[in-house]
Amino acid sequence: MKLPKFEYANPTTLQEAVALLAAGSGNAMLLAGGQSLVPILAFRLATPSMLVDIGRIAGLDTIEIDDAGIHLGARVRWCDIEADTNLATAHPLLAAAIAHVAHYSIRKRGTVGGSLAHADPAAEMPGIAVACDAEITIIGPAGSRLVPAGNFFLGPLTTVLAPDELITEIRFPPWPTARRWGFQEFARRRGDFALAGVAAFYDLDSLGHAVNTHIGVIGVNDRPLRLTTAEAVLDGRAVDVDTITATAEMAAQAVDPPNDIHGTSRYRRALLGTLVERALTDAVNRT
Amino acid sequence: MTALNSYVGQAVERIEDLRLLRGRGQFVDDLHLDGMLHAAILRSAIPHGRILVLDTTAALALPGVVAVITAADVGSPIPTIPLRLAPQIDLVPYEQPVIATGKVRYVGEPIAVVVAESAAIAEDALDLIVVEIGSLPPCVDTGTAITNQSLLFEETGTNLALTYTAVLGDAAGAFAAATTDEFYVRCERLDTQRHTATTMETRGLIGQWDSKKQHLTVYGAAKVPFASRAMLARQIGLPESSIDLIAGDVGGGFGMRGEFYPEDFLIPFAARHVNRPVKWIEDRREHLLTCNHAREFDCEIELLCRRDGTILAVRGNVNGNIGAYIRSNATIAPRNLAQCFSGPYRIPNINIESTMVVTNKTPTGTYRGPGRFEADFFRERMFDIVADDLGIDPVAFRRRNLLTKDEIPAKLATLTPVLSEDHLDSGDYLETLDRCLGEFGWAEKTKLKGRLIGGRYHGVGVGCFVEGGAVGPRENARMVVEGDGSVSVYVGSTMVGQGLETICVQIAADALELPMEQIRIFHGSTTYLHEGFGSFGSRSTVMGGSAIIAAAENLKHNIRTAAALRLNCAAEDIILEAGLATSPDGNVVRWTELPPENLQSAGTYSSNQRTYAYGTHAAHVAVDAKTGHVEVVDYVAVGDVGRVINPKTLHGQVVGAIVQGLGSTFLEHLVYDTEGQLLTGSLADYLLPTATDYPNIRVYDQENYPSPNNPLGAKGAGEGGLIPVGGVIANAIASALGVQPKSLPMSPSRVWELINF
Amino acid sequence: MMNVAFDVNGRQVDVQVEPRITLADCLRHDLRLTGTHVGCEHGVCGACTVMVDGAAVRSCLILAVQMQDAKIITVEGISGDDALTPLQAAFRKHFTVQCGFCTPGFLMTAHALLTDEPDASEERIRDVLSGNLCRCTGYIPIIQAVLDARAAYQNQARSAAT
Repeated sequence: MKLPKFEYANPTTLQEAVALLAAGSGNAMLLAGGQSLVPILAFRLATPSMLVDIGRIAGLDTIEIDDAGIHLGARVRWCDIEADTNLATAHPLLAAAIAHVAHYSIRKRGTVGGSLAHADPAAEMPGIAVACDAEITIIGPAGSRLVPAGNFFLGPLTTVLAPDELITEIRFPPWPTARRWGFQEFARRRGDFALAGVAAFYDLDSLGHAVNTHIGVIGVNDRPLRLTTAEAVLDGRAVDVDTITATAEMAAQAVDPPNDIHGTSRYRRALLGTLVERALTDAVNRT
Repeated sequence: MTALNSYVGQAVERIEDLRLLRGRGQFVDDLHLDGMLHAAILRSAIPHGRILVLDTTAALALPGVVAVITAADVGSPIPTIPLRLAPQIDLVPYEQPVIATGKVRYVGEPIAVVVAESAAIAEDALDLIVVEIGSLPPCVDTGTAITNQSLLFEETGTNLALTYTAVLGDAAGAFAAATTDEFYVRCERLDTQRHTATTMETRGLIGQWDSKKQHLTVYGAAKVPFASRAMLARQIGLPESSIDLIAGDVGGGFGMRGEFYPEDFLIPFAARHVNRPVKWIEDRREHLLTCNHAREFDCEIELLCRRDGTILAVRGNVNGNIGAYIRSNATIAPRNLAQCFSGPYRIPNINIESTMVVTNKTPTGTYRGPGRFEADFFRERMFDIVADDLGIDPVAFRRRNLLTKDEIPAKLATLTPVLSEDHLDSGDYLETLDRCLGEFGWAEKTKLKGRLIGGRYHGVGVGCFVEGGAVGPRENARMVVEGDGSVSVYVGSTMVGQGLETICVQIAADALELPMEQIRIFHGSTTYLHEGFGSFGSRSTVMGGSAIIAAAENLKHNIRTAAALRLNCAAEDIILEAGLATSPDGNVVRWTELPPENLQSAGTYSSNQRTYAYGTHAAHVAVDAKTGHVEVVDYVAVGDVGRVINPKTLHGQVVGAIVQGLGSTFLEHLVYDTEGQLLTGSLADYLLPTATDYPNIRVYDQENYPSPNNPLGAKGAGEGGLIPVGGVIANAIASALGVQPKSLPMSPSRVWELINF
Repeated sequence: MMNVAFDVNGRQVDVQVEPRITLADCLRHDLRLTGTHVGCEHGVCGACTVMVDGAAVRSCLILAVQMQDAKIITVEGISGDDALTPLQAAFRKHFTVQCGFCTPGFLMTAHALLTDEPDASEERIRDVLSGNLCRCTGYIPIIQAVLDARAAYQNQARSAAT
């Protein structure tokens, strides 16, 4: 499984990187942490003419928390998120989800931008981005654009990114401290991709009813999704065993999981329902 | 004077560790030879078909490519890979040619070999080879293959290559006589899934041809280098004396590594063809696709007993999904499954037919406890299904049916063809059952059966097993006293990671009454001995160890004889100690002062009597019925191995084998689609246990019943830990949920489907 | 071909490699440091683990050309010729080595972890080591050895602090 031949460039500015991608006519690929890309090359599932390594471009690896929310540079690594103590309080759902990603040595190299661009339907980062209405900043030859995470993922390993574009940042909206949240994932082993995963949150109105319910799921569709019909079941109601059950049932109906080597479609559907129930129960019980 | 048995039985720290911990092992890919080239193998992407076009022109034109070898270069007839174990004339038509010719029969079958300046270039060249294959309908499961609608080998007229029959007593008569209510009959279909040894080091070989000496050296040999050399010699047209197979450090075997594969011909052939050393290192994708697969069996088993649970007879038939060819040891698992189906139990009447069915999948071979893991799953599940239906406690059921120590030696079923009769040699199976139940806390834990606690259902399971070991026919060793007084020991056993060097040196040191530091061990390579038999079937401690003892006795005899001549006394009066020979009147001579021809010896140990280590395992599981996740809350293993040479290396083997068994039970599955394509082609899809999966394992080893069959009293013990795991866990899950698993693996999805069918 | 210069085990090296050569293959075949093993080439098994700039990483997922000015430590760099290090001695004492193929990867991961977190709990150790595959031992003795080795790293951390 030796890698196919490619040229390698190591630009120091974003403009250079974009120019190299454009010059590649769709055959150049970006290299960040390499934790997803290098295996793809090892299996020769892609044969790019050039790898553009963004490792030396300054300004892409910071975590900023301000009034606009949480800004993660594209080259922020999982270990950086883990180490940032402010982040755990500023966005506990993000921190909880990212704790499930891969393994120790992969977390030293794997990046936020890489995971978003790779778009595995069972990956945590795309799931959290969609669940939390994050916004992704992309730059290309024509300049920069903002894409809501909900519009960014088109299908398995497919995004709106053009071949000459790269992600520079993802912004998560500010997180109110009173927000209720839960994260549940089921994988065969520690660090594996999820068979199903749920990131759920809601706020409480003056009557103590759920509002602004968000239920984002991974592993059960061809891309991460918010289950709006399930969210609608909970919105405006008290969050208790009955409403949680009804929400979970609607969630299970709303997904169309594949049969694959890890599980039947029926199983994944039921699993998703269980995880929604458990995530919402956690949300209620979290102190 | 070093006391006898001062090393054997002790937890001596391993010699091998000193290099392996420093990264100074010599695994085959660590070797670099001058002028070395690299090989890559073009493999069929079609499971069944005829090769119509094979054009290597473009590949040969790629800069850096030195040669592209096809069947045309190998010549006619293409050599095939013979059976090493339990050969049978009926199986010859099913042997694998060393390179595909005419037909391809599985995805992964070698079609061509590229030799290039680097492994990367060789792999680049594979894409440039033009191959066209006219597809034929593939048979993926035994059900399809058995209809013979699509034949893999037209000339044989059938995909049912051979059926073994295991017979004890008169099963037909017993079933026929069971006409009244006092008898109970249960028939079930069960199956085990295809999976494989998956060593951490993939396979690899370096072939080196010396055209001046007309001598071929092959690095990367393992398991049975002498047998492989004999096969290669016949295939490549050289005398055995012109070939040497060198065994270095090896990253695990488990029965998979070291059997003769197509590459074991192709790479040495390539080296001679290009007259430069050629290295081939299997990549992980190839490894999952092409090294011996194992364990895919489906069966229909009928059990007859009295209503009190006394087993009277078992009959049934088993189909083995053997893969596209019958490779060198493919016969072992189907044979063991049938012959050792009864395990440590009293089953007076047995008739089991075990059929080898060829299919368009990767060929199979042995994986640790071959046929035994499968048989234990089938048997122990039958026992609990029957016991449950009759309202009998599962422990009571086993107690009633375990052979007592007075019944041992006990005959196993007789197997035909290639007649095999065998006996369980020694042991007290009730003793290990009781010890296991005690250590496990069965009396308390069984009260948890079926209870829902903290959202999970709890269950317990127990199972008893035997492990066949010390496979014959013999093993050889030789010894040489070196100029510095150290002793070099050469043994035909091979290292696969089992601590062989340490075990051998412990045994040699005790036998020679010398400190371990004065002994150096050399193993496996054909350059060391005239004949060797290798490491498989848990034989190296018994066979290699006993050969070392024989060589040591002969060495001491030779030294005494020479010393007696020098010191003018009787040989039997010479005292040997710490490199000195002393006569009764106190005269001393150093061993190294004696003639060199007296400072050598050879020893052979022969035996066709297998040993049977045995034991009992028990498990406590907690099942999340909503997700199908099973936690192994506690797993207890008790095993009697006859004689413990090194308690820590033994313990390590048992724990490792249990975790492999848990992988077999929960995680590992080589999945094919209906078109014969392997879907689990990477370690992201073929799941191995990790450090967080099964932390709760307790192992108790004992040595209460030595084997009467060898001077050490030892029994082969490398496989036992794995054998009962599937049955024990499945029974624990059954007891937790009130469902009846009949199929492995117990993945979360399958557990859920059992509850929600 | 590109030139890359980096530090391996305290020694400056200069290699000329194609961009497609992984760090693992460069270490093993260009520099003949064969202690780092290659088990899967797709980042799952951890046998290839080395330290780059203080972090344990999978060298099969890194291109050698990415290593300009990097500081790399392999299993050879944490081994001495005389005595075994405390971590290696703990491995030997607990019989954690069987075939030895996964061993360098485990040593490097454990060394990196205990260097940064000498007080790591059993749960943390198990969690981190879940990224390294072993087929022979069943992991239990490895965990015991790493727990046992903590004392040496704790002592080292204490004396570094004073």
